[in-house]
Amino acid sequence: MAQVSKTTNRNGEPIEMLLNMGPQHPSTHGVFRMVLWVDGEKIVDVEPHIGYLHRGSEKLCEGEQYNQVITLFDRMDYIANFNNEQIYCRAVEKLMGLEVSERSEYIRVILCELNRIASHMLFIATMGLDAGAMTPSMFCFRGRERIQGLFEAVSGARMMHNYFRFGGLKEDVPDDFVPQVRELLELVKADTDESDKLLSFNEIFLARLKGIAVMTAEDAIDYGLTGPCLRASGVDYDVRKAAPYSVYDRLDFDVPIGLDGDCWDRYYLRVQEIYQSIRIVEQALDQLPEGSVESSLGRRLLRPPAGEVYVRAENPRGEIGVYLISDGSDKPYRVKVRPPSFCNLSALKHMLKDCWIADCVVILGALDIVLGEVDR
Amino acid sequence: MFNSLKGLVVTLVSTMHGLRAPVTRQYPSTGNLLKRHDEPTPVKDRFMGFPALTWDETVGEPYCTSCMVCIRGCPTQCMSAVMKDNPLFIEEKSTRRKIVDTFEINLNRCILCGICVEVCNFDAIVMTHEHEMSTYNRNGDRVDLSALLEIGQKHQKATDWIPPTKRVKAVTGGDTGTGPAAAEAESK
Ligand code: SF4
Ligand code: SF4
Repeated sequence: MAQVSKTTNRNGEPIEMLLNMGPQHPSTHGVFRMVLWVDGEKIVDVEPHIGYLHRGSEKLCEGEQYNQVITLFDRMDYIANFNNEQIYCRAVEKLMGLEVSERSEYIRVILCELNRIASHMLFIATMGLDAGAMTPSMFCFRGRERIQGLFEAVSGARMMHNYFRFGGLKEDVPDDFVPQVRELLELVKADTDESDKLLSFNEIFLARLKGIAVMTAEDAIDYGLTGPCLRASGVDYDVRKAAPYSVYDRLDFDVPIGLDGDCWDRYYLRVQEIYQSIRIVEQALDQLPEGSVESSLGRRLLRPPAGEVYVRAENPRGEIGVYLISDGSDKPYRVKVRPPSFCNLSALKHMLKDCWIADCVVILGALDIVLGEVDR
Repeated sequence: MFNSLKGLVVTLVSTMHGLRAPVTRQYPSTGNLLKRHDEPTPVKDRFMGFPALTWDETVGEPYCTSCMVCIRGCPTQCMSAVMKDNPLFIEEKSTRRKIVDTFEINLNRCILCGICVEVCNFDAIVMTHEHEMSTYNRNGDRVDLSALLEIGQKHQKATDWIPPTKRVKAVTGGDTGTGPAAAEAESK
């Protein structure tokens, strides 16, 4: 590390000040360590250390049969499980040229969007906590709990669902699924309104977040940001619109865009996305066709043809990509994930430069990383 | 300043809401702070707790034939089973030629994925609603055949369990094809 600090010792020689943050810091949303080079209260440089949650998921995928890999994807981004399951299932479906029934597609979209809402709610909660607001987190967790209650009724698990199958679903949704979701949406809307009212335009919250860690559109693109972090900088890019997959081209929704690219924009954009997701779910419920959700594969051991595919999708945190190579056996030859959190995290150095130490926590919080996905 | 006061009002209103109808629950019993019921925390019908083995009431033996399909399908390799010749088959009381001798699931390793239930062809394994099984010793959650059957039977009784294969037959066989028909199929 070159000479960075202006702080001097008694003899007037510059000294280097290091501040270690994490890995057990409560605001790092997992186990993430940052080494900050500080000059007084200002951050001069930062070095992130990742890998504390490394479980070797990608390598583990090579040792599991295709259907078992779904359980590993559940645990990658453990806050958006359905989205992760969907992207992997889509990869295998593309590899095999499988058709997915209409009904399964719609149910997948509904569940994925609900999961996006749940994920963003958790983000609002932790963002509030990072900025020192306790109450909104309670409201958001209540809303998230309601969504997870529905997930439990549908898939049997609150988080690790293992519900999507190649070409279909594990089983059809319960009979009262549609009224249940509609009821849930009303509640979720009310919950979001409540925490939005409480937090978004709060003076203290604005003071903590407005104008912090501004990313220009060029910088955001250069660093490869995706998802809300990219859109907050004013770039209109959403995989659901840019390369519509599943049934997103039949659904009408807007992609919220930020103006300034600061932390508050990153926060508020996600609040807006919750409302858009509610719109998507409402439409999908209206259009939900009858039919079967059974996969055409049956129960036999899956051996996709040799080949490789790359699929991408919009996760709550950004663009996720899965690169899957098959050698024709019953296990994938290689599974490579492009995790949105990891790529977004690469901009941390740029964002933290010349910020105050006190802002460090909200900047990291606004990136909304999930360490399970960063480290895999 | 004004904004902060507004926030305070919002919080107060929500607090009043919360006092009237609390959303949080006392764990492990249900109810709230003032009124407590000593029932276990309710779970949804499809809830996937720990897997357990089912008991065939009509014959008086486990459904499981130790065919090892679930063991091969398990992503964490947390189960093991040994097969034996079925004594009841020799007496012609049962149609199962082979039967489970020992069966062990290491619930510490189980990730509650439900794959074993999905692949079993004999309705022999279920995801129960059991989810509070912490123990103090490291191998305390290695559950053997008798314990698995006990948990399974408890689940069967609590949920009026119908073997999945019979459920499918009832649906495709009858026009109405719902609960009563399926229950009839079970009683036969
Ligand atoms: S539980 Fe089912 S799949 Fe597993 S060994 Fe027994 S019969 Fe076979
Ligand atoms: S639920 Fe999954 S991990 Fe647990 S025993 Fe069954 S297959 Fe194995």
